[in-house]
Amino acid sequence: MTVPTTAILDGNEAAASVAYRLNEVIAIYPITPSSPMGEWADQWQEEGRKNIWGVVPTVIEMQSEGGAAGTLHGALQAGALGTTFTASQGLLLMIPNMYKIAGELTPAVIHVAARTVATHALSIFGDHSDVMATRATGFAMLASNSVQEASDFALIAQASSLESRIPFLHFFDGFRTSHEVNKITPLSDDDLRAMIDEKYVLGHRDRALSPDHPVLRGTAQNPDVFFQAREAINPFYRACPTIVQDVMNRFAARTGRSYHLFDYVGAPNAQRVIVMMGSATGAVEETVEHLLQQDDKVGLLKIRLFRPFDAGAFIAALPKTTAAIAVLDRTKEPGSLGEPLYLDVLTALHESSFADGQRDPCVIGGRYGLSSKEFTPAMAKAVFDEMKKAVPKNHFTIGIRDDVTHTSLEYDSEFSTEDPQTVRALFYGLGSDGTVGANKNSIKIIGRNTNNYAQGYFVYDSKKAGSVTVSHLRFGPRPIRSSYLITKANFVACHQFQFLERMDVLAAAEPGATFLLNSPFGPDVVWNHLPRAVQQTIIQKRLKLFVIDGYAVARDTGMGNRINTIMQTCFFAISGVLPRNQAMDAIKKAIRETYGKRGEAVVEKNFAAVDHALAHLHPVALQNQATSGFDILPSVPQSAPTFVRDVLGTIIAGRGDELPVSTLPVDGTFPTGTAKWEKRNIAQQVPVWDEGLCIQCGKCVLVCPHAVIRAKVYDSSLLSSAPLAFKSAKPRWREFESLRYTLQVSPEDCTGCRLCVEACPAKSKSESKHKAINMEPQPPLREAESADWKFFLGLPEFDRDRLSHGQVKDNQLLEPLFEFSGACSGCGETPYIKLLTQLFGDRLLIANATGCSSIYGGNLPTTPYTVNPQGRGPAWCNSLFEDNAEFGLGLRLAGDKQAEYARELTRQLAPQLGEVLVSGLLIPNQTTEREIEEQRRRVAELKMKLATVQSPQARDLLAVADALVRKSVWLVGGDGWAYDIGFGGLDHVLSTGSNVNVLVLDTEVYSNTGGQMSKATPRAAVAKFATGGKRTSKKDLAMEAISYGSVYVARVAMGGSDTHTVKAFLEAEAYDGPSLIIAYSHCIAHGYDMAFGLEQQKAAVNSGYWPLIRYNPALRLEGKNPFLLDSKPPHIPLQRYAYQEARYTMLVRSNPEGAKELLRLAQDDVDRQWRVYANRAAMTGSAETPEAAPAETQPASAPASRKGAEQ
Amino acid sequence: MIDISTRYLGLNLKSPLVASASPLCGSVDNLRRIEDVGIAAVVLPSFFEEQLQLESLALDSDLSRGGESFAESPNYFPDLQTYNSGPEGYLELIRRSKQSLSIPVIASLNGVSEGGWVRYAALMQEAGADAIELNLYGVVTDPKLSSSQVEQDYCELVSHVKASVTIPVAVKLSQFFTALPYMAKRLDEAGADALVLFNRFYQPEFDLESLDVVPTLSLSSSQELLLRLHWVAILYNRVRADLAVTGGVHIAEDVLKAIMAGANVAMMTSALLRHGIEHAELVLKQLTRWMEEHEYESIRQMRGSMSHLSASRPDVFERVNYMKVLSSYVLR
Repeated sequence: MTVPTTAILDGNEAAASVAYRLNEVIAIYPITPSSPMGEWADQWQEEGRKNIWGVVPTVIEMQSEGGAAGTLHGALQAGALGTTFTASQGLLLMIPNMYKIAGELTPAVIHVAARTVATHALSIFGDHSDVMATRATGFAMLASNSVQEASDFALIAQASSLESRIPFLHFFDGFRTSHEVNKITPLSDDDLRAMIDEKYVLGHRDRALSPDHPVLRGTAQNPDVFFQAREAINPFYRACPTIVQDVMNRFAARTGRSYHLFDYVGAPNAQRVIVMMGSATGAVEETVEHLLQQDDKVGLLKIRLFRPFDAGAFIAALPKTTAAIAVLDRTKEPGSLGEPLYLDVLTALHESSFADGQRDPCVIGGRYGLSSKEFTPAMAKAVFDEMKKAVPKNHFTIGIRDDVTHTSLEYDSEFSTEDPQTVRALFYGLGSDGTVGANKNSIKIIGRNTNNYAQGYFVYDSKKAGSVTVSHLRFGPRPIRSSYLITKANFVACHQFQFLERMDVLAAAEPGATFLLNSPFGPDVVWNHLPRAVQQTIIQKRLKLFVIDGYAVARDTGMGNRINTIMQTCFFAISGVLPRNQAMDAIKKAIRETYGKRGEAVVEKNFAAVDHALAHLHPVALQNQATSGFDILPSVPQSAPTFVRDVLGTIIAGRGDELPVSTLPVDGTFPTGTAKWEKRNIAQQVPVWDEGLCIQCGKCVLVCPHAVIRAKVYDSSLLSSAPLAFKSAKPRWREFESLRYTLQVSPEDCTGCRLCVEACPAKSKSESKHKAINMEPQPPLREAESADWKFFLGLPEFDRDRLSHGQVKDNQLLEPLFEFSGACSGCGETPYIKLLTQLFGDRLLIANATGCSSIYGGNLPTTPYTVNPQGRGPAWCNSLFEDNAEFGLGLRLAGDKQAEYARELTRQLAPQLGEVLVSGLLIPNQTTEREIEEQRRRVAELKMKLATVQSPQARDLLAVADALVRKSVWLVGGDGWAYDIGFGGLDHVLSTGSNVNVLVLDTEVYSNTGGQMSKATPRAAVAKFATGGKRTSKKDLAMEAISYGSVYVARVAMGGSDTHTVKAFLEAEAYDGPSLIIAYSHCIAHGYDMAFGLEQQKAAVNSGYWPLIRYNPALRLEGKNPFLLDSKPPHIPLQRYAYQEARYTMLVRSNPEGAKELLRLAQDDVDRQWRVYANRAAMTGSAETPEAAPAETQPASAPASRKGAEQ
Repeated sequence: MIDISTRYLGLNLKSPLVASASPLCGSVDNLRRIEDVGIAAVVLPSFFEEQLQLESLALDSDLSRGGESFAESPNYFPDLQTYNSGPEGYLELIRRSKQSLSIPVIASLNGVSEGGWVRYAALMQEAGADAIELNLYGVVTDPKLSSSQVEQDYCELVSHVKASVTIPVAVKLSQFFTALPYMAKRLDEAGADALVLFNRFYQPEFDLESLDVVPTLSLSSSQELLLRLHWVAILYNRVRADLAVTGGVHIAEDVLKAIMAGANVAMMTSALLRHGIEHAELVLKQLTRWMEEHEYESIRQMRGSMSHLSASRPDVFERVNYMKVLSSYVLR
């Protein structure tokens, strides 16, 4: 592996490149934001890249971070050099092994993209709460502050670890460093070899466990010796800081980059010093430089080696003149006397002679930057200013407004230290338009073609469909360490015209800045289409406006909706970062590098886009007057509930940073039913109903991932107040013929996925392409359809009792209580969740494993679970990734226990409550909705009566009375949870016999973290961590659960049979015991247009890849075979299903022979599975359960259906 | 000793039986078996420039979909070392075929862009192909595009390709020309070294249940040979180019008829797919036996013996024959 002299990469790649080359065994598991480190390692392994010893490291994905740590521990004990990469909860799962690895003095480095640990909420973003939780493990802790340092310190950590025998945790800030793209000087193999002393490697190998020189490690020790043995390690920790500094010195001698345990920058005679570690040191360093120019005596002390903390080196690094110190911690330790770094600094000072009576510096501690909260030079200045005060605030916060406990410092947000020589460019794009990818390319182009330094950081919103991306790019002649977002841009590009009415894209534009706008309106007419506020900003700031109709150029050049290359070309044309011709050549070179592998056609269409772009780029003359009569729209309507309007609405508007502490819930509890207030208008086309053709089958309603198509049957008299365009039809139900039926679309919530159109079976007899539902452009429809939608929502919900819940046609008239989620357009998971809420939503408790379903289910600002007109709806909670089954079991046990207690109290209070009510409450049959509704009525009556009873029992019963109504507990998660990290817990919960229902949304990869292999990934499919195609078969989770005999199990695919899916949901809920539904969920990570998701599901079933089964233990009581094989024998080859998806075909392209062999084995898997299933299904009831089965004439071991077995 | 050798595209062939372009010829193992059973040359499966383009665009779209949209998942697939997205896979097939076979290897090219035809033809020659078969396949749906324009484009294409390579170039045609002999003559003048009659197409089939139109391609039958015989017989000795029959060649008699009509070679696919590659061995044996029984000395001797120009009743090739057949059919 050779390394160029400079490289443009992010922190993850920088660290992984070094770690990969220095190790032999790499155990990995995906977790944001560290996943790319594992992905790189896996990819390099697949490409056969070698480490510095000339071998290809073994990279193995484990079932969890706990598993990865265990494997690492084992590999180290056997003498290998090993590493792993992780973050957040993943790091916490490694803690037990970290104690062991450190306790055994085993050299190794764990590389961490530091991320928030979930508390009141999950957050994928960066702070030090995870690494701080490992302080006690005995690992040394080395902090990198930048992409360059992520590379350098990966090496310094490894060299130091080998020499000191103390394992190292090398960490850098999640996202801010792990995902920031920067120009760095990478380390060559020779650099690595020079820094790794072979004698320490050999020492590590000598200590390895081997039967050739056996020893025993991991004894159990007693009170007599444990303590002494624990203290025996002390010399190693004392020696460690010196070793690290020596390594840093050798590193400096070789590379010229000098580091120390504590690096001080600033005035040699500083009065005020900030002490901190992590990426935010970049912002402080800029501030220090700025203040030094004003002769301010300030400084920054950067912590490199946080553990073991070398107090002597710390004191030595601190200017003797220091009178005030502010210690900034990027973590929160509730209830402590201060955050960890603050306490360490206090201790170091206290134990040293620094405070000698004459010098007694004031030390304050503060928190900043939790979960990647911005930390800017303005905030750093506020901290320096605070230190000037006679009594500075201690235990402060900076970057927020704390109006509750008043910890926060005020700061001047206008204060800026941006280098005037640095070009600062902001790009607003859509995820699907390729803006981010183009900007990453632009950084490479500038980094390679000029002497400029370059930095890129990318901000995404929390929705997966139609998400807004903001790219922050800096270029300049000096190294860029601005570790914060751009707030003063000299170039702003808005790649989506519609953003102008949704957000203030020009807020950060500096006076005189250039504004590039992708506009369907030409230079002569665009002005009048700009919102008034935008016009005013352009005039006030005298912005130089350019327009291009990027989509027209994209259409003409075959780019579809990818305007990335076009807008990139315009950026280079008008920004002047490079001479125009040179820029065009460089763009084309970059296009060839990026897309060349995908084929000449892709390169050519991008070249055409470059060539056509400039001809369509036009300057717009600056106008004198704002003329528009319309303006930027409010993020939510004024009619929204107060919390939605004031809090969530502010977040939607992109101003969440401004919300003070008092506005936010103290315990992470949020109202449901909020997604409906966020109208995103992201679909260019929406479905339109043809009521004349519609057969009212409900399939479009069923499959709609975002619940934007709904059907109602209602009294025709209600139409009298309907909007003029409102459509209705005669219901195609015999008993409802006197009523009216409407299928209505919400145009502002639709994502335009087209699943509904593909699902529609009704075609016009005169034009077969015209269906009962067809896509049409949204803008002309928006107003009228929105009015229709509003009217439709006001129509009463139909009587649930009058509908057959087992029929799709009927149950799709049931109100969904899951709507407008942030899932991908065309998501294959959400239709199952929506169905769940339609069937049982008003009594539903959901325990949701972390993953896609927890993100689209619970990511702020707005969330999709909602309530029915009675105010009832799903109660939803996410605990962790790994524990969801256990967590859900807890919900069930609590409900059961409360119901039991409620029944006991009801019995005790029978004299006051009356026998009729009590007997009704105690022995209700709650199998049907009608019976549940009757029980609800009785509970309501009970509550009324209890209100009049004054006793402790009555008060207690009032608190638990709702538990008397049957609840439905569902444990929802993906295959990563159910097959891998949570499998142990899931298996245990299924074994308990408790009445919980498990819904596994099986996308066959870790979808949320970007498509890593799970044990559900099929053989022959490519996934991350299975770059060469998965070589083993998918785990049969269904059969594992069936092995208990007491678990209801179903394997469903909505596109294979929606009736079967519904039946399974109803049976699972009805079964008084554990139930497991494994639902085939097509996914964007399968690599095809998800509009055809149902078609692919059908092919999966028809090929036998995904047999539809049910295993219903209740049938055993009737003497029947509980195993039901509900799909037909395979009648298309696996290839016909699989080779519609890029996850399979990309391997055919990259390795045709390998793909052929894996496909053959995968077909064998299908054949074998079908034979096993068919045999099992052909068993007689008496073979399954002789004691319950009636006498039969058939032999107990009847052979399988030949027909099935031979397919 | 009966001489069943022939010449086609300037190449000496040991028999008149050639394996035409089909997936069967996509594997070197099959090609070896094809050579072993006595087939005299192979046409490799068609290289479709348009398919290459579509596959590249689809790959790009599949790998990009959903990317750079969400902080946790900047993409959904690993970046593989190669996607073999260029012509390299096909060129490698040519190279490996040439290494493994002693019989001529004819590459088949179905281009779509003007540059593509020329570029890929040159690459095929460079990879070692003994000849190139241009597969002129296009469905004209634009009512504004005239037949003369289409024909002009075809001729220019042939001359451009001819100018870019030194190996022989065959042109595979469809039967859908108003004046096929004139078209043949123009292609002849444009430099075509052989004309291959005729291409068979995927045809759209209607599914009445789903109201979908689906593409189909069924194996040929001997019945389809007659159309080819008809036109080869008419073109024989009227064009300089060699002639090949493809479509409907199933048994030895089919080969004999093709040669007698005037073809230099008869090409076979469906029969090999249906009966296996070894079927060709039987065909060649029966061919030799028939020639023995009927005291023919060589293929050359019989070639064109029943062509339009040589037939005892040339009128049967003409329109009047059509009328008679219809009449006789009605009379039954």
